[in-house]
Amino acid sequence: MSNLLSIEPVRILTYLVGICAFVGANAAYLVLAERKIAGRIQRRPGPNEAGYGGWMQPFADVLKLFAKQVMIPPGTDILLYCAAPLMVMAPPLMCLAVVPFGESLVARNLDIGLLFVFAFGSINVMALMLGGWASRNKYSIISAARVVSQNVAYEIPMLLVVITLLMVAGTLDLNELIRQQAGGFWNWNLLRVWVNPLMPVTFIIFFICMLAETNRAPFDMAESESELVAGAFTEYGGMGFGVFFMAEYSNIVLGCCLGTVLFLGGWQSPLPLAALSGPLWGPVWFLLKMYALIFTVMLVRWTFPRTQFYGLLNLSWKILIPLSLFSLLLTGAMMKLPLVLQRLF
Amino acid sequence: MRLPIPFRETLSGFKSLLIGMRITLGQFFKPSITVQYPRQTLKMPARFRGRIELIFDQATGKSRCTACLLCQRACPSNCIAVEGARTEGEKHKHVTDYKLDFTMCSLCGLCIEACPFDAIQFTKVYNAVSFSRDGLNNLDLVREIETKRKAWLQTHPPPAPGPAASPAPRQPQPEASSP
Repeated sequence: MSNLLSIEPVRILTYLVGICAFVGANAAYLVLAERKIAGRIQRRPGPNEAGYGGWMQPFADVLKLFAKQVMIPPGTDILLYCAAPLMVMAPPLMCLAVVPFGESLVARNLDIGLLFVFAFGSINVMALMLGGWASRNKYSIISAARVVSQNVAYEIPMLLVVITLLMVAGTLDLNELIRQQAGGFWNWNLLRVWVNPLMPVTFIIFFICMLAETNRAPFDMAESESELVAGAFTEYGGMGFGVFFMAEYSNIVLGCCLGTVLFLGGWQSPLPLAALSGPLWGPVWFLLKMYALIFTVMLVRWTFPRTQFYGLLNLSWKILIPLSLFSLLLTGAMMKLPLVLQRLF
Repeated sequence: MRLPIPFRETLSGFKSLLIGMRITLGQFFKPSITVQYPRQTLKMPARFRGRIELIFDQATGKSRCTACLLCQRACPSNCIAVEGARTEGEKHKHVTDYKLDFTMCSLCGLCIEACPFDAIQFTKVYNAVSFSRDGLNNLDLVREIETKRKAWLQTHPPPAPGPAASPAPRQPQPEASSP
């Protein structure tokens, strides 16, 4: 079995199918989980008619979307209109190729994994913009403009936070980043306050930016259904809309994977016990942390109302960017301080 | 030491966000309070006012109404029409026809107040619907009580004129454990 997996085409095919299945299952069932969680928060049971407790709901949703006609409204740029759903779905699928779910459970262990994720992750913005622009609908265009301005504003603090981490870790390899966080939860980047006392704050900045990058409430300017009908997806029907929807959840999965890898120690167990770490426990810890983050994302969505667009940009330019810059400087200072002291005395 | 105002505002804002999330998380772990409506219904409170009905007297198997017409006269909306008849040997009349026009009724309850025999009461029917106007503006309350009487007669057989029919002797059931 392991011999078969080490053959390159077999390995690629296995991971390709595995990642597609993982993304598909997550997209389908996170929609259900979101509706269930929203229901629980509002003291109602959520969807519970299709199947026992509602577990067949994703099948019903997908069947309904498949049964619908894919409308291409007149006057649209057909090529871009059709390409946008594909371009919004492809980046999370590609990025998951370098995410290590376990120490050896990674499709391609690139030494520039983090750069890869950010490079392809930003295609998402372009896809949403193209979708909105090609629809030739005024609401879609407003939404497209908002998406771009929002993502530009939040890419900066996110990258500054990641640079802070990179200065500490000194590597872009995601697996290596996780290995450095070994030995209990106090060694996770989240709680490494001796490196930089602002580490928990940088995690919160990362989390907020991740919400904004994936266009989640309270930053869902791209799909503010009370103002812009459905934002960039207004003109999409049937599975075109379905793919946008799946892409949103795939992006959340990717963002939470990244948060787990960068701050929560990836596949490392929270306690340094031999019984709780190993090749089998790794994916368990990883998924536990990732789904805990996803739960928080959903909790945030059903707690806070949508911010105004000015509030959104103010938060980024006036609070998050100065804070992350300060954290970057502080980390640099704390890393160089011992050297300076050594040279002086 | 007091922090400058922007810092204080940011911190207090962040704290309020956390409080909000704590509240929703608390609600998350509480049981849901939805009533699964077509399958479950709420019990109406004791003083709920549905449309009126004739009270079915379990002791006599009849209505207590004597067709005195006080309710008809008390009704400010003119939505009650009662008719009665007297059979030989009866002290009072008995109701033969009780029509309620529920489209006019304002559920004021004056008919119930006026009734000297406690013969009418509010039902707990909160979902009065019908496919036609006739189903609401011409409700036959006497027919309702007659269907109740039919069910009542199943459990209260009329005294037979001859020797009381004893219930059929039970067939001895073969026991499963016997050899």
